[in-house]
Amino acid sequence: MRGDLLDVKGLKVVFYTYRGIIKALNGVDFWMNSKERLGVIGETGCGKSVTALSIMGLIEQPGEIIGGDVYFKGKSMQKMSVNDLHDIRGKEISMIFQEPVSALNPVMKIGFQIAESISRAKNIRIKEAYPEVLKMLELVGINSKRTVNLYPHELSGGMAQRAMIAMALSSNPKLLIADEPTSALDVTIQAQIMELLDDLVKEMGNAVILITHDMGVAAEFCDKIAVMYAGNVVEYASTMDMFEKPLHPYTKGLLKAVPRIGQSKELVGIPGTVPDLVNPPTGCRFHPRCPYVMDKCSQEIPPLIEVSPGHNVACHLYTQEGEHHVN
Amino acid sequence: MKPVTVEGKGKLRNFIALRRPIIEDWKHTLYLWKSTKLAMIGTVIVVIFILIAIFAPLIAPYDPISSNMNERLQPPSWNHLFGTDQFGRDIFSRVISGSRIELWIIFLVSSISGGLGAFLGIVAGYFGKFVDEFIMRITDMFLAFPSLVLAMAFAAALGPSLTNTIIAISVVGWTVFARLARAEAMKTKKQPYIEAIHALGAGNSRIMFLHVLPMCLSPLLVMLTLRMGTIILTAAGLGFLGLGVRPPLPEWGAMVSDGRSYLVAQWWISTFPGIAIAVVVLGFNFLGDGIRDIMDPRLRR
Repeated sequence: MRGDLLDVKGLKVVFYTYRGIIKALNGVDFWMNSKERLGVIGETGCGKSVTALSIMGLIEQPGEIIGGDVYFKGKSMQKMSVNDLHDIRGKEISMIFQEPVSALNPVMKIGFQIAESISRAKNIRIKEAYPEVLKMLELVGINSKRTVNLYPHELSGGMAQRAMIAMALSSNPKLLIADEPTSALDVTIQAQIMELLDDLVKEMGNAVILITHDMGVAAEFCDKIAVMYAGNVVEYASTMDMFEKPLHPYTKGLLKAVPRIGQSKELVGIPGTVPDLVNPPTGCRFHPRCPYVMDKCSQEIPPLIEVSPGHNVACHLYTQEGEHHVN
Repeated sequence: MKPVTVEGKGKLRNFIALRRPIIEDWKHTLYLWKSTKLAMIGTVIVVIFILIAIFAPLIAPYDPISSNMNERLQPPSWNHLFGTDQFGRDIFSRVISGSRIELWIIFLVSSISGGLGAFLGIVAGYFGKFVDEFIMRITDMFLAFPSLVLAMAFAAALGPSLTNTIIAISVVGWTVFARLARAEAMKTKKQPYIEAIHALGAGNSRIMFLHVLPMCLSPLLVMLTLRMGTIILTAAGLGFLGLGVRPPLPEWGAMVSDGRSYLVAQWWISTFPGIAIAVVVLGFNFLGDGIRDIMDPRLRR
């Protein structure tokens, strides 16, 4: 086992649709230790959210996990019974969603919704959970007495996200999955929410998977980063390594495409578009857009290999045969 | 819209301050109610109907059941406002006490068919796939028959009595609510907050009855009010055909049927219960339409 908390091994997920079978995840690999913070970066539609849902065991029809497995604390989640999964969700793994206002039930008071999740996690009555609710709301920096009796539409996006964080952390989960927690918020609120999350996680000692397409947020918050492209993890390394010496051509391209203040040159994009996942390119899914493409790339899927300690990359440039191509 | 706690000004003040938005919402509803004429008329009719049903023994001047052969077939007069029937029973008293039976039928049928329909519909819509197919095909089977014919079949099989009438109408009526609740449940199931609460570990039954059910309630309530008129009509129809409530009880449909053979000379026997049926059904339909309009968020602005 590679990580003591979570080990995702060769996860393959497909969605059966009218257009054909969408190969959403094509062998996703990464692992985490407890209290670690992992950033998952990638373009829209590269499978970040599907990965999160698979970890929660929430892939439903028309989706299906057709290969690989997720090990949580060493136990295979594919082999777990529905009841065991149920016990893990909310108690051991919790989730924060992209649009906080729509992730809260519009017809129930905030206090009740948080109380509900606390009551489930701690096996107490909903009414008995209210002192805890007030505590959690104060912890995420909201005026608790006032907010308990409000409905989600009466909150601003930032406040709703705080409430959502209170709800997700109320059971003190081992792993918190934050699926683009700040995408729907404006920049100043983003900073506040990330800071809050940082403080709370530091204090409570949860491991975090932060799904985002904001490189800056990921760089500040995470210990490790996994870059995803079209259903694969293409590079997986510590934050420092990733930003100091990116290896995969896609990661390099991404980093070049980030605008910097004072930069006078025009931004360099990655040529081409994200592949259609119904008919993905053979071999390495990035090869049609890759500047270093070789014959081998369209034939073989590159495995995720450890190039230097803790720095993993899935690219033929770094398998033995491709070694001479690097600079 | 300022739900701020008012410090040190008494509990009641605080209570009101916290609920100001809700109070405002109710005021708005009341305003819309007043400005929708048909809804007002419907409400008035239904309220009068319910009041009559509650105070029936006080209003009715005569015993609605015991016969008085000396005064049979009397035309409407000040003594007998609606006249008397072939057994000398006062029609006015019978119509008044009949309202109790009708109200009882409406209440029970609505709760049974509404409850059953909502339950099956939510289960079908929430689980989908096989469960959905199974429940909805049963619903289709019930819908394949004209509802009155099916109700007649049930009533005839069970034998005529008040309880059996209620069972027969409920068994026929739940399908509409099941379809409605299913549609709402399917819609609600796809909402992000259901996924969120699922991810936070809530179980199926909790999600279904705590989170999906409340979202189905408002269309279900409108449908219930709209169906109340139909329920009376079906009950009256069964009564008219002799498959409903047993004869001495003053059920309106049965009363219309009683006067059939006297219709030419003694028109009042059938006419007054008939008018009562028409007015109450109309009242419920107005009320239902009104509630639908008032609850429509697009018209609330």
